[in-house]
Parts: sequence; structure tokens; C-alpha cells
Amino acid sequence: MDGTLFRSVNKFFIIAFCLDIKSYKSFMHRPDSFFLATKMAAPLTLLLIVAVTIRAVLFRSSLAELISARVEVVSPLNAWKRVVEGLALLDLGVSPYSGDVFHETPLMIYLFHFTVDYAEIVFIVTDGITALALYLSIQTYNKDVFRKQKYALESDRYSADCLELLRSPKEMFYIPLKVAMFYLLNPFTILSCVAKSTCGLNNAIIALFIFCTLKGSALLSGILLALATYQSIYPLTLFAPALLFFLQRLYIPVNLRRSSFWFFTLQYAFMYVGSLVVITGLSFFLLGSWDFIPSVYGFIFSVPDLTPNIGLFWYFFAEMFEHFRLFFSCVFQINVFFYTIPLSIKLKEHPVFLIFMQIAIISIFKSYPTVGDVALYMAFLPAWSHLYRFLRNIFLVSCVLLACSALFPVLWHLWIYAGSANSNFYYAITLLFNFGQILLVADYFYAYLRREHHLTHGLYLKKKDGTEATLVLK
Amino acid sequence: MILWIQQSKAAARDEFQEELVIRPLHSGDIYASFQFRTLWDTDFLQEGQKVSHYRLFPKSLGQVLSKFSVRELHISFTQGFWRTMQWGQPFIPSPPGAELWVWFHDTVSDVDGNWKELTNVLSGIFCASLNFIDLTNTVQPSASFKPLGLGNATDHRFLRYATLPREIVCTENLTPWKKLLPCGSKAGLAVLMKSEKLFHSSFHSQAVHIRPICQDEQCSSKAWELRQTLNVVFDLHTSGQGKKEWSLFKMFSRTLTEACPLASSSKVYVDITDNPELSPATPLLGQAVVLGDRRTYSVYDLSRAETFGQLRSFNLLLRWKGDSDMLRPLLHAERYVAGFGLQTGEIHTVIYNNHPYRAFPVLLMDSVPWYLQLYIHTLTVTSKSRDNKPSYIHYQPAKDRHRPHLLEMLIQLPPHSMTEVTVQFERALLKWTEYTPDPNHGFYVGSSVVSALVPSMVAMRTNFTQDQPLFSSFVPVKEESSYFVRVYTEPLLVNLPTPDFSMPYNVICLTCTVVAVGYGSFYNLLTRTFQVDEPSPPLSKRLANLIRRMRGVPLLT
Repeated sequence: MDGTLFRSVNKFFIIAFCLDIKSYKSFMHRPDSFFLATKMAAPLTLLLIVAVTIRAVLFRSSLAELISARVEVVSPLNAWKRVVEGLALLDLGVSPYSGDVFHETPLMIYLFHFTVDYAEIVFIVTDGITALALYLSIQTYNKDVFRKQKYALESDRYSADCLELLRSPKEMFYIPLKVAMFYLLNPFTILSCVAKSTCGLNNAIIALFIFCTLKGSALLSGILLALATYQSIYPLTLFAPALLFFLQRLYIPVNLRRSSFWFFTLQYAFMYVGSLVVITGLSFFLLGSWDFIPSVYGFIFSVPDLTPNIGLFWYFFAEMFEHFRLFFSCVFQINVFFYTIPLSIKLKEHPVFLIFMQIAIISIFKSYPTVGDVALYMAFLPAWSHLYRFLRNIFLVSCVLLACSALFPVLWHLWIYAGSANSNFYYAITLLFNFGQILLVADYFYAYLRREHHLTHGLYLKKKDGTEATLVLK
Repeated sequence: MILWIQQSKAAARDEFQEELVIRPLHSGDIYASFQFRTLWDTDFLQEGQKVSHYRLFPKSLGQVLSKFSVRELHISFTQGFWRTMQWGQPFIPSPPGAELWVWFHDTVSDVDGNWKELTNVLSGIFCASLNFIDLTNTVQPSASFKPLGLGNATDHRFLRYATLPREIVCTENLTPWKKLLPCGSKAGLAVLMKSEKLFHSSFHSQAVHIRPICQDEQCSSKAWELRQTLNVVFDLHTSGQGKKEWSLFKMFSRTLTEACPLASSSKVYVDITDNPELSPATPLLGQAVVLGDRRTYSVYDLSRAETFGQLRSFNLLLRWKGDSDMLRPLLHAERYVAGFGLQTGEIHTVIYNNHPYRAFPVLLMDSVPWYLQLYIHTLTVTSKSRDNKPSYIHYQPAKDRHRPHLLEMLIQLPPHSMTEVTVQFERALLKWTEYTPDPNHGFYVGSSVVSALVPSMVAMRTNFTQDQPLFSSFVPVKEESSYFVRVYTEPLLVNLPTPDFSMPYNVICLTCTVVAVGYGSFYNLLTRTFQVDEPSPPLSKRLANLIRRMRGVPLLT
């Protein structure tokens, strides 16, 4: 009796909600999408103008030099000073890879060979492109989410009492803008851009890759993924989520016995590997030697430069016992790539969240991380704002990350300039910062899984005896 | 008997000379320079023929030459820094610490292997830590170090140059060096080399130079020359009690009693250009143009019995006022590190051209260890506050833990100018095992080397041309118009950031903990599923259910 009443009331709500969805849908697909464009274009333009102004002002100020020397912002892999050094070596007729200062890829030399005088503009534009790509990606993704939610509701796959978990067009409307804002106005991104760290370019490639993937262009996605891999190896792990996304989009089930699955996988892998080979070959022809392979990828994997950064590698390998070095560098590098497989299995229905997880894991565990890497995955956080109610320790984590960001320069100063602290102080902060990041990512992962659980099993779970239940991981 | 005569005749093709030059310095210090020269017209590098009969030439060095196919070898051990501005140019310049440069014969295929072995052998011969010379501090200068002897090899693949600026030179290096002399320290000038005196000085440098030279003017036959040099500067205040009054006994606490019987010539030269009082006086005078300056010397020939007088001992007394002008060295260089903090820094090399009207080019060579990462795009060369672009730059960037930076530049020095060369560097954080035992002392960077052909002062001085016929002095004589000088700057002491050396276990544990926290939380979320937490029933109920299960009765819920 009670149950049926509840059910019918619920049904009513769901129908009302669907109507809402329909209105949203019609709104999204109005023939005159001009209205939408103008409505969103104004704040986006404003955001871009603000972001460009901040950057331009900082570029002109005396802070630019200070920022570009910060170890948190630039690493040996992407420091602008090293790009200039590489170009200077080329001018001297010395291969930039004959020394151990330059670790950019040959295409990067080629790019900056022509644009070195306009580097500031290049970096500002790159940030703009990244933000725009993220904006459009998240917009597409939101539409997609909405569509799927509607189908799920129509096919009654969601539990009856999870109404408040459903996403509404109203709350999703500003998410793409928030994402763009989180990227463009994030102090980490601004610092990275003002320091002219080439990390911004890598971020742009990854953002464009996400955009092309979500738009469904397998070829462009493969090419951009190859480019991202070529730039910094680690985005290799984004192959899995991209593949899963395309399979889902084309309604190909992930089934190892199905030929269609293998056909598409091979097709995508071919596009990816093919472009990778072409890009690498191109680099070879640009410089006429394979020197860049050990100098770029060998450098990333073997971590010979122990300049402090925000990552976990530098102090660990500075203090490592010599005969364990190889073992631990293998362990630490495998650690970055390893999570791909279990995460792909667990999140095979949610490739976009998987992309976020992968980017976050890369930026935490890569060998030379900078704040620019952190900024990229943090830009996605508004897209998961609906998970907020399930986050367990967001307050703690935010405090930790904020405090660490403030303490980095302080302890660096105490160690390097004042001489009143030692390396352990700075190390402790990197440790805490990474701990905070891990907690943040794990928390979002937890929240995502929990929301999915609630969607199928209902929000207000009851124990057998009818009292309110607590949900635990078992 | 005939055989013995023949043998001695064959062996007589080698000869040994010894000499000591004493130059009173303007500052009141005194500079004594020993040179021992052994010439031998044998060929160490001949295939299939082993040189086994040694007379004057030290066997240990001869074997090294033939085993490693060495064409030219220069090694020096120096304690202290030569103050060019106070003392003028030394006869044989050397950088503080140990310096070794070797030209290998162009038949050598594995130069690096030979070099490695050679340094180890030399480290045994000279009791020095030359075995610390490896690829990380060896360079192949392209222009600064040309062979001094016969042959004009220019392929610098066969050249190896290394310095150990931290090497401390002491008695244990002097003893094996003395043993290479034909008379040892038993007779001749080497008697003066008493280590407690030699090392109680402001500057001490001992060197061995081996090179092939021509036997005659046509250069029809080749001979090997071994030059052993020892330069020492005694301090006015610590050894001379503040008086510009020196004697051999005061310097070395020994006097000379005889020449080395094996020496074909044995002489003591005293620089009397600034008119010091000498006793005993000698009628023998010599003039020579040394380092572009005409000097007058009193010569004492130790092979003549009258030099030693009735006391059968030769103790030279020397007293001078020292108020005459010192010739300012035309070329002078110094170096320092600028900047603060342990992140970056800037190396400044300042080169002075004191010539009033002549510009001349210098070759600057810098070898910087890999842990200071040079940024060549920050290289600036300024003379008279204007940009002075080097006409030649040879730069080889460092490879981490494999080879140092090598920077060679040809810079034109304007007359009467100061040229400043700056380059920025970044300090690397090393692995904890790569630091020296006292890491906070800092790391040494070897001296930079400035090599130049300096225009001579002789041509510039008018008072010398006065007593010459006018027709001879209009165009300066070519040999005297310029001379080769090598100037070494100070080595640098650079601090690097250090990790905490007591922390390896802690760091490994802490970092692994953070990684494990990451791994653990992901593992947790990946492998477990969400379930409703059902509290376990109380113990009594569980016991009752256990009994019920045994009885086969429905369980309590």
C-alpha cells in the first residue's frame, strides 16, 4: 500500500522530470542555436579577455623572470630557458641533444625556431585554445550525459528514489564555462603560462585530443593522441579511455570474441601508431639523427636530473641506494602506467571520467611534474560538481593543497637562499602536496562510484530491519 | 772491454742539464725555478723494438711512453696560486692542483682506454690521486693546447686534458718526482729540495714535460726531451722575516756543494735586472729575452770548482731594495662566481690587456663540470662596456655524469682594456653518493686557461733601442715581437644544494608510503564494491544459531 503510493508519486516526478528534459532537449536543438551561442559567448569572451589581460600584465611585469625560475612551475623537461638554450646550440652548430640541457622534442624546436620572438603570444593563445577545447568538450560531454540519463530513465534503469541525483539542465548549463574558467584563471595555469613552460602546449594537445575524441573524430583523436605521446610519453595511457569512448559511441560492445570490437580497436590503434611513426620519422628527418630518443624519452624514464620539483621522484632518487636505483625507477614508472588496466575495466562505461582519472594519475606520478599538469586535471573538477555530496574530505584536501602551494616558495627560500632549512623541508611539502592530490583524486573516484551505485540501488538504502543503512566498501 | 766501450758510446747519446733560476720579486718574495732536462735520441714508439737500456732517462716514464703510445705528456702539481699581478709571469705556468695533458700518437685506436690506464699508472708513479681523472673531467680542447714538441698534429681527438683543482700537493708527490732525476736528491741542485722548506712557501709547483724535439737544425733525427721543473715562491714574511735579504741557506736550509756528476751543464742564474746586491759576485753575465722582457742574469757555473770557493760550499746571498718599477704583466685574468643562493649563479671571467696600444686575440678555455649546467645563450663578452663578439666559439655541452662542458673562445682584447666574459649556470642536485665527504665545503671548478700571443714589451721600450744601431731597430725583430703566454685563473669553489645525508631510509620509506597510499586507495576502490553495512548479530544470537544449525532447526533472524 505504502510502497505503491510512493511508487506512483515517484513516477509522477520522473515524468515531470522527463518533460523538463524534453524542454531542455528542444532548447539545445533549437534551429536558431544563435540564441544559445550569444548567451554563452559573452561570458566566454569576457573570460578570455580577463585571462589574456592577466597574462599580458604579468608578462610585462618584473614577476615574469621570478616565476620562470620557480622549480614548481618549470621542470628540466619544459623550461623556457632550456628551449632558448636549445635554439642557441642549434645556432652554434651543436646538436641540442648532445648536451643534457635540452629535452624538448624536435617538433618543438621547429615550432619555436619560427615563433621564438612571439613566444608570449604563442603561450597565451595556447592557453586560450586549451580552455576553448575543454569548454567545447565538456559541453559535448554534458549533452551526452543528458541523453544517456534520459534513456536510462525511460528504460527504468535508475532506482526510484534517486531523483535528487539526476542532473538537470539548469545546473549543467554553466559547467563548460566553469571548466574554462577553472583552467584559465587557475593560478597554476597562469604561472605556467607566464613562465612560458611548454607544459601549456602539451596541455593544449591533450585538451584538443579530448575535444576530438568527444566529437567522435577517431582519426584526429588518434593523431592528437600520438602527438601528446610524442611530447611526453605518459598520455599513452589515454589510448584506453579514447578507445572505450569510441566503442561506446559506435555501440560496439567490449567483447573480446566479437570481430567488430577487434576491427575497431585495430583501426584506432593503427591510426594512433601510424601517426606516431609519422611524427617520429618527421623528427628524424628534421634533425637527421635519433639523438632525441634517449635525450627526451630516456630522460623521462631514467630520471637523471634530480632538480627539485613538486613530484615524488627527485628526492627519492637523490637518496636512493645505488643498487636499488634501477629497480625503483622501474617500479615508479610502471606505477604511472599500471592503473590504466584496472581503471579501464572498472570505468569502461564512463570513458570521460576515466580520461580525468588518467590525466590526474599522470600528473601526480610522472617523473617531472609541474603545476601546469595539475592545472589540467583540476580544470575538470567543475564537470564533477554533482559528486560534491559524496566527497568525504574535500575540505581537508583543499586546505592541504592551498597550504602546500603557499609553503612551496617559502620553504624553497629557506633552503636555497636563507640556508636556514634543508632539503627535507621542501621534500616534506612535496610529499604532502602529492598526498593531497592522491586524496583528491581517490575521493572523486569514490564519489563517482558511489553515485553510480546509488543510481542503480537507490539513494536511501535500508537495512534488513528497516533502519537507515550505511554504505561501505566490501 | 770493446763491447763495454761501444755500449757506453751508444748510451752517451743522452745528456742531462740542470739549472736554477732565482728571481727576486718586486713584492719582496723570491722566486726559485729549477729545471732539469734530459735528452735522449731514442724512439720509444718504434714497433717491435723494446727500449730496455736506460741510463739517464727514468725507466718508469720511458715504459709509460712506449706502452701507451704517448707523443707528448705534461703533468704538473701545484700548491698555491700564482699571483700574476704581484709576481709577473712565471716561466712555466700551471693551475692550482694537478693538471695533465697528453697527446697520443695517431696510431692509438682506443684513446679513452689508453688515457684511463695512463692516468692510473701516473697516479702510481707520482703518488697522486690522478686516478680520479675520468671522462667526467676530461676534455679535448680544440685550440688551446697544441703540441709543444715535434710534429704539427691538429687532430684533437688524440689530445686529452684534465685538471684536478682539489689535488693537494705535498712531500709524497715530491719524493717520487725527485727519484726521476739521474742524481736523485744526492747531488747537484736537487740537494736543495728539502720538503719542509719547499712546502713552507706561498707557491709550489712541480711538473714533468715530455716531448719529442729535433736533434739538429735539419731535424734529421728525433730526440725525446724530459723536462722536470720545480717552481717555488718563498714568502717575504713567513720565510724571509720581512727582510728583502735572501740566501740559498735561508730559502732551502742547504747550500750547494757540487754539481750533479752526470750533468753536462749545471748552472745557477740570478736575475739582476733590478740590481740586487749579490755575494759572491760573478763575472759571468747573461742576457735573455724572457716573456717579452729583456733580463740580465748573473750566471754561476757549478761545474767549475771556483764557484764553490774555499769553503767548498756555495751559498748565494741576495739583497735588494725593490723600489724599481715592476713591469705590469700585459695579460692577466681572474675569475669569480656571482649570484646568491643555491639555485643559479654566474661565472665571471675578467681578462685584462695592459698593453697601452696593441690589441691582441686570446683563446679562453673553460672546462666546467656537468653539475653546473651552463646556459650558453647567456654568454656575454663585453670590453669597454661594449659587446665583443668572439670570432670563434667551440662549445661542447656536458652530458650528465659523462662529460664536462668545454667552452673555447677566441676573443680580441682591445688595447688597455678589461674584457668580461659571463655565463650563467644552474646548480644540480646530485645523488647523495656523488657528493664529496665534506659536501658543504663546495665543489671545485678548474681554472680557465687563457692562451695568447702577447706583443712583446721589448719592442715597446725605447731605452733599449738607445744602445742599438738605429738601422736595426726601426721594425721590431720578429722573434721578439710577440711571445706565447698561458695564464691560469683561480679555480672556483661552488656550493651545491645538498640533500640530507642521514635520510635515505626515511625518504625511501616516506615516499613509498605516499605511493602506497595512492595505490592502496585505488586498489580499494577498484576491487571492492559498495554494500550495505549489516551489523553482525550479538554473540548470544550467533551461538543460538550455531546450535540451531546443528539441530537442523530454522535459524533466528
